Amino acid sequence: MTPDLDCIDLVEITTEYFEGTLPPAEVARLEAHLTECDGCTEFVRQMRVTQDTLGRLDAATLSAPARERLLTTFRAWRSEKP
Amino acid sequence: MPSGLAEDDERYKEPPENELLARLRAGDEAAFLRLVDRYGRAMHKIARAYVRDDATAEDVVQEAWLGMLRGLATFEGRSSLRGWLFTIVVNRAKTRGVRDARSVPFSALARDEVQADDPSVAPDRFAGPEAKWPRHWREEPASWGDRPEARLLSREFRARIDEAIDTLPPAQRTVVILRDVAGHSTPEICNALALAETNVRVLLHRARAKIRRALDPYLTEGSFT
Repeated sequence: MTPDLDCIDLVEITTEYFEGTLPPAEVARLEAHLTECDGCTEFVRQMRVTQDTLGRLDAATLSAPARERLLTTFRAWRSEKP
Repeated sequence: MPSGLAEDDERYKEPPENELLARLRAGDEAAFLRLVDRYGRAMHKIARAYVRDDATAEDVVQEAWLGMLRGLATFEGRSSLRGWLFTIVVNRAKTRGVRDARSVPFSALARDEVQADDPSVAPDRFAGPEAKWPRHWREEPASWGDRPEARLLSREFRARIDEAIDTLPPAQRTVVILRDVAGHSTPEICNALALAETNVRVLLHRARAKIRRALDPYLTEGSFT
């Protein structure tokens, strides 16, 4: 029988778990641990929420001067192109 | 029109890439600005991982956009427009970083960050060998409440998330921006950064763990635990 997974190790493999790159035996150990551990269940939830939030950030816009400079670049390119 | 809904839908709906490409090639300024607004900041952050200051990063981003415009005529669309754009900025930033004597090569940054002992959770949060349950939570993480997503997307939290991203070590910052913020696949990132998949995943995990830790005190404050 494989030894149980400890909390201190579980917190290091959540990304492998989400990405689907954790070997099936490890997935089974992790999920068995979660059924018994509220602390790790909350940790996994927080890691998922963090990741989802990052994916939902609106791309903040550039500073106005940087944007203006790019627009100048674009207009120069447009006038050059054949 | 009775409401601004249709207009909003139009604004948030991303036009198909081939349409954007055709409009760019025709010199359509609105199509260009749409791309700039969508990817400009992420590109700046990526560039910043390679060079020593913001001004240099801005130069790199400007060069990258010009490179993209000049390459439009010969771009065959084998990769996505977005993927192509990020490859250009990474390459320009690398070249600039090499020219810049004070910068450290990205591969060295990434290697050091991967090799560092950098636990996802402070080790003292776990019980020591003397405890009944060694290596388990000393005290469970306090709950983030019922709907943390709604709070996280508020303006107040945006600033905190930005700050958390900005203070990450450079290789972790680059990887988490490419993967989670910009939505690139792991193979695309490995390709652009010339890193092995396992290392990309290590960097990604460390970045996410640090961001979680940075947000934690704000999301648990006022809770009863």
